[in-house]
Amino acid sequence: MCDADNTTTKKTIRVATGDRAILPEGAKTIPVYIMGKKYEVPETLTIMKAMEYAGFKFLRGAGCRGGICGACPTVYRMAGDYKLHFGLACQTVVEADMYLAQIPFFPANRAEYNIEEIGGAAEAIHALYPELFRCVACNLCTKACPMDVDVLGYISALKQGNIKKAAELSFDCIQCGLCASRCMGEIPQYHIAQLARRVYGRYIQPRAEHLQKRVGEIESGKYDAMLQELSAMSKEDLEKCYVEREREPDLAPPGTWQPKETRYL
Amino acid sequence: MKISYYPGCTLKTKAANLEAAAVASLAVLGVEVEEIDRWNCCGAVFSLTADDLIHQVGPVRNLVRAKEKGADQLVTLCSMCYNTLARANRIVRDDTVKRDTINRFMDDEIDYAGEVEVVHMLTFLAREVGWQKIREAVKVPLTGLRVSPYYGCTLQRPADVGIEPFGSFSLMTGLLEALGATVVPFAAADTCCGSYQVLNGEGGAKSTAAVIINDAAQAGAEALATSCPLCEYNLGKRQEQLITSGQVEAPVPTFYFTQLLAVALGVAPESCLFDLNDAASLALLKNKNCLVAA
Repeated sequence: MCDADNTTTKKTIRVATGDRAILPEGAKTIPVYIMGKKYEVPETLTIMKAMEYAGFKFLRGAGCRGGICGACPTVYRMAGDYKLHFGLACQTVVEADMYLAQIPFFPANRAEYNIEEIGGAAEAIHALYPELFRCVACNLCTKACPMDVDVLGYISALKQGNIKKAAELSFDCIQCGLCASRCMGEIPQYHIAQLARRVYGRYIQPRAEHLQKRVGEIESGKYDAMLQELSAMSKEDLEKCYVEREREPDLAPPGTWQPKETRYL
Repeated sequence: MKISYYPGCTLKTKAANLEAAAVASLAVLGVEVEEIDRWNCCGAVFSLTADDLIHQVGPVRNLVRAKEKGADQLVTLCSMCYNTLARANRIVRDDTVKRDTINRFMDDEIDYAGEVEVVHMLTFLAREVGWQKIREAVKVPLTGLRVSPYYGCTLQRPADVGIEPFGSFSLMTGLLEALGATVVPFAAADTCCGSYQVLNGEGGAKSTAAVIINDAAQAGAEALATSCPLCEYNLGKRQEQLITSGQVEAPVPTFYFTQLLAVALGVAPESCLFDLNDAASLALLKNKNCLVAA
């Protein structure tokens, strides 16, 4: 896809998008090293686009391309510096003299469990992942996290039996596995965090009572008649009904707004 | 008065009674407790390998957290945490080569050179609060309760981090006397409880623990006071098994020193979490009229 249709402009600007990046006219290129080999790629591209520009094709290790799925973790280093950096290939823009490596999968241990059987005590997590106690607080996990999650913080919280804190601290985790790839204790942090959030959701977090009440009402058939009424309407009537519907104002303080029509409440 | 406080993992789980009683007592004594942010495992057990600096990173990181808060003291309760933090602190303070190596590795933290002093709660009570003030604050004197102060290994070993010289038990003695208890010295006060030997084989740990309990009983003690969750596990939680196996004749309930402090200060027993002690503990205090009236 490109915006090359505007024939009135003198120069056609072709924008690099899609699975084949097209070099904009006059765009500068920069050298990057992909698995040790040098490529010239246009600046402003993400690492993922730059690799595709260089001819690589992602069959795995690319998912949402939106920084959420965690499929494209990248380790990189800048020439002349020992420091390792971490990012998502779909979110990180290439810089000159980057040495790049993709870590699409890491063979971290993942325990099997039945969430209904393990119970809500921290000991269950400790038993499934005894390697948790191999942590020496080196903090390399936190430094590697492309989502800025306090990984050492949630691992420490679990050692302290605080599942709620671990669930909250790890909330932004996208399961990319870079933490585990750096861990000298061979701890699969991201899998443990996922278990902590599941245990929190199943056993600790308060139940949403209003939701249970509403589900009960639906199951008891309270809304069946309304649905039938809507289903029987003509398209015109349905449109009219939709256009004339009452709607809570966006910024109405909670609990202050009531519809004029109350027979469906 | 406000203190920076390091709890330790076990004090948030199996030894929550050690912490709960301490926090409640300090509130009565007018000391505000501020738990440091983002603390991690103390690093126990202290690594004795000279070039194994990675195991000093965990404890030093906790000390960095205290320094970040502007604290010059970090008070802690668990004997094992105290020992590990204090020894790591000495390495960083006294050995400039190791200090530089650790600081260079921890490039995500501010530099640390041992500025924070690691202080055990017993030292803090003696030095900053004072036995006199505690004596005056006692509401339910532990009169007639015969308690042996049990130090185990890590409060006094090695000498350069010991809360007092080897062979001396004046801190816990001073506290127990201020609370009105009868202090019963005994020979096994610094004998190892069996530590983690229970993982290798129950036999050795059991016989070690039995020696301590029987020694205290023979000296006339009816209770043991400790500051270590591992000692409490070997001597307290496992005591019933020792009685069943015939290695210990009669129960000698174990308490954390903070629990005895709390009940003497009139803290409600529910706040001392006696359900985490062996069952005989609370019964003994009731029997001796050492609990505040409900």
